[in-house]
Amino acid sequence: MNEMLLDIKNLRLSFFTPAGEVKALNDVSVKLEKGDVLGIVGESGSGKSVTAYSIMGLTAHPGRIVGGTIEFNGHRIHELSEKEMRKIRGNEVSIIFQDPMTSLNPVYTIGNQITEVILLHTDKNKRQAKERAVELLQLVGINEPEKRLRQYPHQLSGGMRQRVMIAIALACEPKLLIADEPTTALDVTIQAQILELMVELKKKIGMSIIMITHDLGIVANMCEKIAVMYGGKIVEYGSVNEIFYNPRHEYTKGLLGSIPKLYEKERTKLVAIEGTPVDMLNPPAGCPFAPRCASCMKICLREMPDYIKVEESHYSACWLPAKEKAMQGGAVV
Amino acid sequence: MSNRLVEVKNLKQYFKAPGSLLKPKFVKAVDDVNLHIDKGETLGLVGESGCGKTTVGRTMIRLYDPTSGSIFYDGKDITKANMFPYRRKMQIVFQDPYASLDPRMTVGDIVGEALDIHRLASGKKDRNERIIRLLDRVGLNSEHANRYPHEFSGGQRQRIGIARALAVDPEFLVCDEPISALDVSIQAQIVNMFEDLQRDLGLTYLFIAHDLSVVKHISNRIGVMYLGKIVELADNYELIFHSVHPYTKSLISAIPVADPVKSRERQRIILEGDVPSPLNPPSGCRFRTRCRYATDICAQKEPDFTQVASGHFAACHHLGLA
Repeated sequence: MNEMLLDIKNLRLSFFTPAGEVKALNDVSVKLEKGDVLGIVGESGSGKSVTAYSIMGLTAHPGRIVGGTIEFNGHRIHELSEKEMRKIRGNEVSIIFQDPMTSLNPVYTIGNQITEVILLHTDKNKRQAKERAVELLQLVGINEPEKRLRQYPHQLSGGMRQRVMIAIALACEPKLLIADEPTTALDVTIQAQILELMVELKKKIGMSIIMITHDLGIVANMCEKIAVMYGGKIVEYGSVNEIFYNPRHEYTKGLLGSIPKLYEKERTKLVAIEGTPVDMLNPPAGCPFAPRCASCMKICLREMPDYIKVEESHYSACWLPAKEKAMQGGAVV
Repeated sequence: MSNRLVEVKNLKQYFKAPGSLLKPKFVKAVDDVNLHIDKGETLGLVGESGCGKTTVGRTMIRLYDPTSGSIFYDGKDITKANMFPYRRKMQIVFQDPYASLDPRMTVGDIVGEALDIHRLASGKKDRNERIIRLLDRVGLNSEHANRYPHEFSGGQRQRIGIARALAVDPEFLVCDEPISALDVSIQAQIVNMFEDLQRDLGLTYLFIAHDLSVVKHISNRIGVMYLGKIVELADNYELIFHSVHPYTKSLISAIPVADPVKSRERQRIILEGDVPSPLNPPSGCRFRTRCRYATDICAQKEPDFTQVASGHFAACHHLGLA
């Protein structure tokens, strides 16, 4: 059994907006072992980014954790003060964001922004920090690192900026790297470069990765475990093979059916999920996916299903398998 | 006679770049493109950002006046024609459903504006009925006509944009990345709707997107663009399974496949470096700076667009190698 790095239990997080309470995370539990790559997939508003930000302690006003615990590498994140959190953030856990242009500071040089992290978290002096920055830029595949250190973000291309973001994130060799849609803003050939770089660096440094994305292709390629989120809940969790070849939740099945297959030789109609994404201000009482689900039953609208264990590490929160199981056992739901 | 609905010949579209007035620099967004689209067909256009695919679409319907080259619609040269009658025949659906709808107009007026301009409705009652029919056509209903764009989700807004394009009963629709701003589960709804509309109304599409899997799904033929040029053009299956251009090959291999076993088995060609600036494109073949087969001739001479199989064209000096 591997060592547990991250353990989120029953996390509830709400945004208190003028229009009312938005329950962005509703009872989210997820675990991550050392060295694993976890993919979190879901559409916008499903809570995938909020989950990641809560690990970083970045739940800014009007967001607040209203229940549950986050344990990371021996720290109880949900209890830490901002000052204590600052020692962990960027050091033991770091994050790269979707848009490398808006996440780099346009008025500081690249060198400035990399050494800032190193100076803050280590005892290195300025000269040593600069040496380390050069090392990091080489590590992420940037040519002429000394020259790049003196440049500003606008002088770099999108792919290059994302490499710089990765260099900053890796400056202190974190235990966990969170990648929040790291390639969504990039072209597909540049995306391939960045993903390959991440896989390579993971092997070299031995960190864990949480990959947040809406692209099922990326998780199929990179991740060992997958959490599928919908309406602030993890609706299905399992290994990459379990999720892709034996999906149990209707939303997961729907997602897999709605993407065109590149290597399919016949033209088949896509199976779209009907309806619109869940309104988080007025979520349904039962399963959040029920209003769009083709197999919706009465109970789905009333009550949220519990997780059903499909395999040792494969869970799904759906009434359908529960009903099948009960029918096999002769009981009536 | 020919079945061609739209055709562009030697199309060039240069944009003046900011800089010296005496020595103006030009971004060659589209540089010598030849294309035709048959009636009832869907031509897909793929490429990375800045490759000129959107500019081709916009120039084709004369949202831009081309720098040189000519555009034909239904056999007539429309390069310099008065576009008013043609606007009824060619319409466009834009990428960003948040930016392409006027936030101060109701949905009914957004869809109805085209009816007013072209005087298609015989009276208020007819106008309303037409609007409701159009909304119904795209999966919205009459209640939606009095609401404003901000009250709708991204997918619904894209439906409004499509209803607006359909208002004048067009024959040809340029779909400029119509689904890339939408969530995965909504993308399939819109793709299916485009297919249904084509079947029911006999529409012809130019479908522009960067997602090759979607383009392959919806198109009959696909053109691949790189830095203002079409580098390969073929039927959709031919292009995916028998591509010959090194850029197309790497583009296909860079797409993450949503199948764990397949994606781990297959070989990926990772391109080095970034797309060069269109202000200063490489000499000869524009792809040579990132191509692993590049030799001297690639820098000296631009490759011809040659036929490699029936209906399959590519521009490369080393077609045998890739």
